[in-house]
Amino acid sequence: MTDPRLNDAITRRQLLRRAAVGGAALSLPSLLAACGGGGISGETNAGGGASTEVKQQLADTLVFANWPLYIDQKGKQRPTLDEFTSKTGVAVRYIEEVNDNEEWFGKYQAQLAQGQDIGRDITVLTDWMAARMVRLGYVQKKDKSAIPNESKLVSTLQHPTWDENRDYSMPWQSGMTGIAYNTKETGPVTSIEQLLTDPNLKGKVTCLTEMPDCMGLVMQSNGDDPTKVDPAAFDKAIATLKDAVDSGQIRRFTGNDYGDDLSSGNVAAAMAWSGDVVQLQLDNPNLKFVLPEAGGMIWTDNMLIPIGGDVFTASTYMNFVYDPKVAAEIEDWVNYICPVEGAKAELLKIDPGVAKNPLIFPTESMLANVKSFDPEAADNADFKEKFQTVTGA
Amino acid sequence: MYYLGYTSLESGDLFTGYTFTWAWDNYSDAYTLYRSHFIRSFEYAAIATIVAFLISYPLAYWIAFRGGRWKNLLLLLIIAPFFVTYLIRTLAWKTILADDGVVVSILQNLHLVSSDGRLLATTTAVVAGITYNFLPFMALPIYVSLEQIDTRLIEAAEDLYANRAKAFFKVTFPLSLPGVFAGTLLTFIPACGDFINAQLLGTPQQQMIGNVIQRRFKEVADYPQAAALSFVLMAIILTLIIVYARSVGTERVTTGTA
Repeated sequence: MTDPRLNDAITRRQLLRRAAVGGAALSLPSLLAACGGGGISGETNAGGGASTEVKQQLADTLVFANWPLYIDQKGKQRPTLDEFTSKTGVAVRYIEEVNDNEEWFGKYQAQLAQGQDIGRDITVLTDWMAARMVRLGYVQKKDKSAIPNESKLVSTLQHPTWDENRDYSMPWQSGMTGIAYNTKETGPVTSIEQLLTDPNLKGKVTCLTEMPDCMGLVMQSNGDDPTKVDPAAFDKAIATLKDAVDSGQIRRFTGNDYGDDLSSGNVAAAMAWSGDVVQLQLDNPNLKFVLPEAGGMIWTDNMLIPIGGDVFTASTYMNFVYDPKVAAEIEDWVNYICPVEGAKAELLKIDPGVAKNPLIFPTESMLANVKSFDPEAADNADFKEKFQTVTGA
Repeated sequence: MYYLGYTSLESGDLFTGYTFTWAWDNYSDAYTLYRSHFIRSFEYAAIATIVAFLISYPLAYWIAFRGGRWKNLLLLLIIAPFFVTYLIRTLAWKTILADDGVVVSILQNLHLVSSDGRLLATTTAVVAGITYNFLPFMALPIYVSLEQIDTRLIEAAEDLYANRAKAFFKVTFPLSLPGVFAGTLLTFIPACGDFINAQLLGTPQQQMIGNVIQRRFKEVADYPQAAALSFVLMAIILTLIIVYARSVGTERVTTGTA
């Protein structure tokens, strides 16, 4: 601690980093000010300016923060990351540290608010949290000139409301939320209404703690629209959910951990994520995934470049994973929904079984039956509070 | 402490920032909205502490007086589960108590659990989980104070015509009080704030105040409310400890004389 050389080294490195981030850091207050008015237009200029003109030179290392089990693996290797390294000479430090959007945000919020480098070049966050990061000015614009493959982004994901032109974000994977059930424990469960009221399922149902997924399904079951949330409709859905909690129908609210209970039969039916079910089915063929009759949910996890991240290196990586061949390799392992056009064709060559799985490459009719949750509502403190109260806290 | 108190009187949200406004309603909300969670927490913690005591005392007694050369090994066995993390230990109970598991089917055959009943995701499971997780904190202090008792005192009591039960209640138990006192505190205090057991082994109806604080903090980012709840929890626990210490008698506890 007292070694002067050590102190010097740290401050110098920080200084250099700050210099590179300078533009973004200085304009932060103005970004926050712009948020008050709610306009995105103001920030677009403020945030971009300095950071998009970063030197077009690759850094030595790319630090990539992602969710667990969310990239291809072969033993201890991650083939596509190795491929990236051998192609560009950039080593990748891959960190599986995002277990929960809020938790990740809570961990870095203080640093980000002060414009400090959090040592991550890319991080992957779900729509509504990505929207929050953009709104708060915690992310940098990507270098579009380094991402010619952006044209391969599927058309449905090109213009989210929170990042109209995908200036800041690139989808990593999408996924559907629906109902999974264990055929050994129950007959088909085809609607949320059945899930929440069927006496045969009493105490053998779990719902998701992720508010947009859970409430989106319930709202659709009530005949309301989750893409533009109306407070009255939200309250109605809360009431529906509360009845199911009070009657003891719902056993627990869960994250990914519904999988164990569902496989072992403790739980007969659950709100579930498509990609999880694909992986669970490998061990337990009795599991089925359906989109509820009234409609399922779809969500997207997005790659973002937090403040302090190396924009050019991160953008180069984004371009790399949007090569359909690479995307197919990742998809073959991850089993969520791929946002890259042409990946299916590539995957048909290497693993036709996966390519033909409708949970991984959904059919048109499935896609017509899913909606994405209103990102503003997903981050509404009042809604979140009501939801937390129903889930027991 | 100061920071916690300060935060608990702030208002605002993540986007507009938090400002200090003497927001006492964080405290009134703690009472009106979360009273049942508080009561439940203390109930569960109290039951768990009592059960842990009932299990630990005979256990510690047996090891201290009958353990002989196996003493160290037996103590090691008590601590052994602690080489595995808290979370894994609690998750293990999910497997043990599973609906199709051995424990439930045996209890069903004995008609202690109805045939469509379950153990997992019930109050019993939560309280049992807490008891299990804090058992060594109860057993070890009791063991230490029992171990230090001069057995000649017990022999003397028996020489003076006390029967074994009387000797136990007049001599052994009072001398072990410091351990009992330490054990109950070490069990009760963390049990009050626990949220892992309620989350993994309970349902929404078993959520404790620790769950509320955790969610307020993490999910809703309502830091002031979370801080206020923590403060209230701390205050109540402190009050309970003082009352407890008074009633047991601090002097007896600290010096261990009967």
